[in-house]
Amino acid sequence: MSMFGYYLNLALRSLMRNKMLTALMVIAIAVGIGASMTTLTVMHLLSGDPLPGRSQHIFYPQVDPSPLPDPENTHKPWDMMDYRSATDLWSAHRADRQALIGRSALRLTAPDMNQPPLMAQVLSTTSDFFPMFAVPFQYGGSWQPQDDQQRTRVAVISSDLNIKLFGGANSVGRTLRLKDSDVRIIGVLAPWRPSPQFYDLVGGRFSNGQTADFYSKPQEVFMPFSSSLDINTDGFMAFTCWRAPDPGTSMTTSPCVSVALWVELGNAAKVADYKAFITDYATQQKALGRLTHADNTRMPSLMQWLDFNQVVPSDVRLQTWLAFAFLLICLFNTVGLLLAKFLRRSGEIGVRRALGATRGAVLTQCLVEAGLIGLIGGFGGWLLTLLGLALIRQQPVAYADLLHLDSTMFLATFVMAIVASLLAGAVPAWRASRVALGLQLKTL
Amino acid sequence: MQLRPILSSLTRHKLTAFLLILQVTFTCAIVCNVMFMIATRTSQMRLPSGIAENELAMIDSVDIDATENPLVRHEQDLVALRGIAGVKSAVVVDALPLNRDNWTNGITTVPDADTHVGASAYNGTPGELQTLGLHLIEGRDFQADEYIAEDVPHGYKGIDTVPVTIVTRALAEQLFPGQSALGKDIYASGTHPTRVVGVVDHMLRPALRDPATNEYAMLFPMKPDDSEVTYVMRTAPHDRERVLKEASAVLVRLNGNRILKSPQTFTQVRDSYFHRDQTMVGLLLVAGLGLLFVTALGIAGLANFWVQQRRRQIGVRRALGATRSDILRYFQTENFLIVSGGIVLGMALAFALNLTLMKFYELPRLPLYYLPIGALALWLLGQLAVLGPALRAAAVPPVVATRSV
Repeated sequence: MSMFGYYLNLALRSLMRNKMLTALMVIAIAVGIGASMTTLTVMHLLSGDPLPGRSQHIFYPQVDPSPLPDPENTHKPWDMMDYRSATDLWSAHRADRQALIGRSALRLTAPDMNQPPLMAQVLSTTSDFFPMFAVPFQYGGSWQPQDDQQRTRVAVISSDLNIKLFGGANSVGRTLRLKDSDVRIIGVLAPWRPSPQFYDLVGGRFSNGQTADFYSKPQEVFMPFSSSLDINTDGFMAFTCWRAPDPGTSMTTSPCVSVALWVELGNAAKVADYKAFITDYATQQKALGRLTHADNTRMPSLMQWLDFNQVVPSDVRLQTWLAFAFLLICLFNTVGLLLAKFLRRSGEIGVRRALGATRGAVLTQCLVEAGLIGLIGGFGGWLLTLLGLALIRQQPVAYADLLHLDSTMFLATFVMAIVASLLAGAVPAWRASRVALGLQLKTL
Repeated sequence: MQLRPILSSLTRHKLTAFLLILQVTFTCAIVCNVMFMIATRTSQMRLPSGIAENELAMIDSVDIDATENPLVRHEQDLVALRGIAGVKSAVVVDALPLNRDNWTNGITTVPDADTHVGASAYNGTPGELQTLGLHLIEGRDFQADEYIAEDVPHGYKGIDTVPVTIVTRALAEQLFPGQSALGKDIYASGTHPTRVVGVVDHMLRPALRDPATNEYAMLFPMKPDDSEVTYVMRTAPHDRERVLKEASAVLVRLNGNRILKSPQTFTQVRDSYFHRDQTMVGLLLVAGLGLLFVTALGIAGLANFWVQQRRRQIGVRRALGATRSDILRYFQTENFLIVSGGIVLGMALAFALNLTLMKFYELPRLPLYYLPIGALALWLLGQLAVLGPALRAAAVPPVVATRSV
């Protein structure tokens, strides 16, 4: 340990001797680390698990309602299901928990609050949604399974909407007017920002890599699936339709896919059972003549579904590669400069070797010096990362407000800086430790 | 200039020379690809939309009351909007270039054909051509009796009976190569023929994808009747902000039962459409310049080290009769050789990198002329970086040879 202190002392002296060269190396490492940690932090936040510890039990069953011929079996089930298939699977209640998902935008007013009407994003779902996805409540709570059956006109609203309409006060029991109907607020969510907004994430494979909107905020209003259809006779936003709906078709029989289903399955046996259940269901529906491609069922887990949709925007991935290429060049630079620095001190190293320092000691001393450069560079890199993240937060992208440097990435910044500088210092340090002893002494 | 002494001196510094070559290799490969990505993105951002971009202001309106007849409502609104001082004309449309509101139809030239060309449909009230400032190069505008309702509530049924259309030149050339499209029939919906009565020179689609198909668009004389429509006003550029404010007030006064969204100028539409690319171009530019700068620092740093290391040899050479410019040229040539080595490897790596990017990011193939440009840039950079140290080397006096360093 005392030797380490001595090496540190030597390293500091050596760094102070040629301030220009030292500054060049520190800046190279700081810039390289800053660029890569900024993009890596964005990647880390965007590619994370939105339900840590639970996601492995959450699944996304899919059947293929397309009646179109598919001779080569290339059609993947659409990202949502038709109304009938989704509600049939849900009604069977074969999973530990199950939640239907439908999306719509409805006009919303708070009758007694004297505010202009707004278009609210409404999520129609079933009572299991809240416990299944561990949604936090600030006031009140979720509706119960009987509300789904009795088509009760109740709603849960987001924390943001509660602040906007009611100044953040407890609004449970108040009334909202959605389209032309009154609904009673029974719950207000605590701030909830899943990243990505996984539960209604669809269409990633058709988005051409422009997936930033997968990270937008959750809906403002959550309503029972059944009663929301009473209020909104137009039905949910369709993912796609396999033919144009006939005029006046209700969404329960329309040729469109607009409903999704999430299920929670606690263990592998239940997963296998549920897979068999959807296959049986599809086969039975084919026998009834309602489905065409009975064998085309899927059930990705939550994380598999996110992967399938390639949630991380392609620009973010490109930026990450670019940043690491940048770091690589910065490291080449540091290798060259360290080599120059160490070899210039061949004379001094020769003296130390002659006075009894082993090759290992010289190697260690050089590496300590490289590591110290890394540590200082890491500090600069940390500041640059904070600056980089602040700059991205200014951008009008959906994930801007999610960005922050968590403790893992903070530590990673320094670890990466030191590891990078040690890697850069390895070859120069090895070369320095091989300095021929006699030759150097002769030239002194 | 003798190359042999330089080469033999470099072989004595294999590791350092190798490092420099490797750094130039990577810089060359990355900078070539970064330049190409910048060029690809900027060329897309510069695409002309075909409309009078500086003179358009628009407001989206979402109707809430479903019982009202939207066509009557729009007519009344337009009369009021045209009354605002500075508004030259106003129309209701369902989509605009770059506003992402895309309705693509499969177009064929024979009924019910298997292969079709995907083209975006633009629908609007009479006067759309003139309000948007589209440039008609063949044929005529729509006539008053040709207008029908888009009939969105019944599944966009208007397209099954619409009699005529105006297409872009790009779409006309794709559908009827080598001949005039005027008077020909196209099929947007099964077996119903729609006659081409006009051709406009440019009009971008609401959402861009592939450079070849970016202008595949057509106008239909169909009045928008969806619950969400866009009011477009043409006005002098400096009036746009004021007109937007007055128009919002006018629309709310005429009918408060609607929600107005995003009052904006077309300039804002374009900016917001390309904002992502704008940011990316900025980042790529900074990264590319940063790479060149760091590489220059590396070259200069090592050259400096070599000069210091060889002060004695330089002194000896000077004492033996070498001129200052001999010494200068020695270091310049040495740098040229190293950078050239890096460039040769870098070009190969640039292509490999481009192939990878093509696979993952839908980037086109790197045009060959980027390679000489990249090479030239790096040669220049190398020479600039080495100039300082080389001049310092040339300044070493011959007397150094007699001293022990």
